[in-house]
Amino acid sequence: MSLSKKATIILEHLRKQQMLDLLNKGKRLDGRSLDEPRPLEIEIDIIKKADGSAKVKLGNSEVIAGVKVETGEPFEGLEHKGALIVTAEVLPTASPYIEPGPPDEETIELARVVDRGIRESEMLDLEKLVLVPGKIVYTIFVDCSIINADGNLFDATSYAVVSALCSSKLPVFDIQDGDKVIDTKQKQPAPITTIPISLTFAKIGNNVILDPTSEEEACMNSRITITTNSNGEYTAIQKGQTGSFTVEEIKNISEIARIKGETIRGKLKELIESGI
Amino acid sequence: MTEQVIHLIDKDGKRTDGRNIDELRDIKITVGMIKNADGSAFIEFGKNKIIVAVYGPREVHPKHMAQPDRCVLRCRYHMSPFSTDTRKNPAPSRREVEISKVIREALEPAIILEDYPRAAIDIFVEVLQADGGSRCAGITAASVALADAGINMRDMVSACAAGKVADRIVLDVNDIEDKEGCADMPVAYLPNLEQVTLLQLDGILTKEEFNECLDTAIKGCKMVYEIQKQALIQKYFGNEITSDVKETAQ
Repeated sequence: MSLSKKATIILEHLRKQQMLDLLNKGKRLDGRSLDEPRPLEIEIDIIKKADGSAKVKLGNSEVIAGVKVETGEPFEGLEHKGALIVTAEVLPTASPYIEPGPPDEETIELARVVDRGIRESEMLDLEKLVLVPGKIVYTIFVDCSIINADGNLFDATSYAVVSALCSSKLPVFDIQDGDKVIDTKQKQPAPITTIPISLTFAKIGNNVILDPTSEEEACMNSRITITTNSNGEYTAIQKGQTGSFTVEEIKNISEIARIKGETIRGKLKELIESGI
Repeated sequence: MTEQVIHLIDKDGKRTDGRNIDELRDIKITVGMIKNADGSAFIEFGKNKIIVAVYGPREVHPKHMAQPDRCVLRCRYHMSPFSTDTRKNPAPSRREVEISKVIREALEPAIILEDYPRAAIDIFVEVLQADGGSRCAGITAASVALADAGINMRDMVSACAAGKVADRIVLDVNDIEDKEGCADMPVAYLPNLEQVTLLQLDGILTKEEFNECLDTAIKGCKMVYEIQKQALIQKYFGNEITSDVKETAQ
């Protein structure tokens, strides 16, 4: 165990040097250019028991998202809105370094950043998901399971949530006698207003790369995740890791996120539509 | 929407607490008020009241966490149950876990960890009373507490948020503006090295608004930096020198 761990670290140092040499020439270990994401694959409706589901592959990172709908009380202070809850779990299947147990700091950050990207973009029109104002609302759970981890789980998970919500068929609930919830067995599409696209960049040395693999993440000094909506507006940002950015770098990265986000939004829509 | 506009910024451009759009809340930092800690700071940032204690460099427990080439930095951000309108469960929430992480990552670039191999530095941020922007206030106070503890640092870390309220970009978003406004962007900055070490955003901003918001937040960080310096001068050189400094400045 300790030997293999040591061997990994030596390999990482050698790989890091190779990676830095390549990056300075504008290339990456897997042949991509610095601002090129890995291939994206989406399968829709793979879990029949869920009200919506999707499996997203971003390179070798693989995430399944499932939508489940219940009714419940609204959140405090948001009495006239349905409730949306996005969670994420990195399963022990995902890599040899993951152990089962309560979520660690990184997983909590992952879930919260993905949730923030979806919530702040107001992707779902939550005001349409109210049954009895202030009392009973739709509660939409989007639970994500990361089944294989190879870097950039932020974007892979976010795309999975977006794909699952876009293709979901929500149950239609009805209210009788003021507060009794009846499932009408009918279905309705989710009230989608915009398609948020999350893009994550890693800074290695002075190079900024889009969509890092786990090898690249092992070498990064800092990370930034930027979410844009269909209008090209910024809706959520999170800087991570222990490095830093200059103001100039942030402005450049945010511009790339806007332009690349548009391309990926088109591709994501296309993949979802071809899957339905 | 119109209701909100009237509510958050009035005709004269004043905000709910009477500030201009480019004005910070009152900030007061007291250095070294926890006698047992190696370094400490108490910050009043608007209605925020936050206490930060730094312990270390000290031995790492559990020992296997120690790093042979550098120091381990640990941070806990915690809100007291009485710090919010409705009682907060004292158990650490997911929000607190995330904020602990981003505060640590905002401070780490400033600390020369290589100077303390095999040791740990612990930073405890306790929010006694919460207003908007407690993470920025926490980072600002933690940076002062680290300096007070005599930790080797490359720069101070100054933090401040900017946001969008009633279609205007404003500095230092307070609680009501955070809840009712359109966007909130906390930023931490190394004022001499000109590096951003914390950046978050929630809310909707166009490209132009985003750039303006970032510039506004940086301006706020630079203002916060002056207050941090004054607090440390006050502690270590007392009133005499402070007034000298003021005279030289004039």
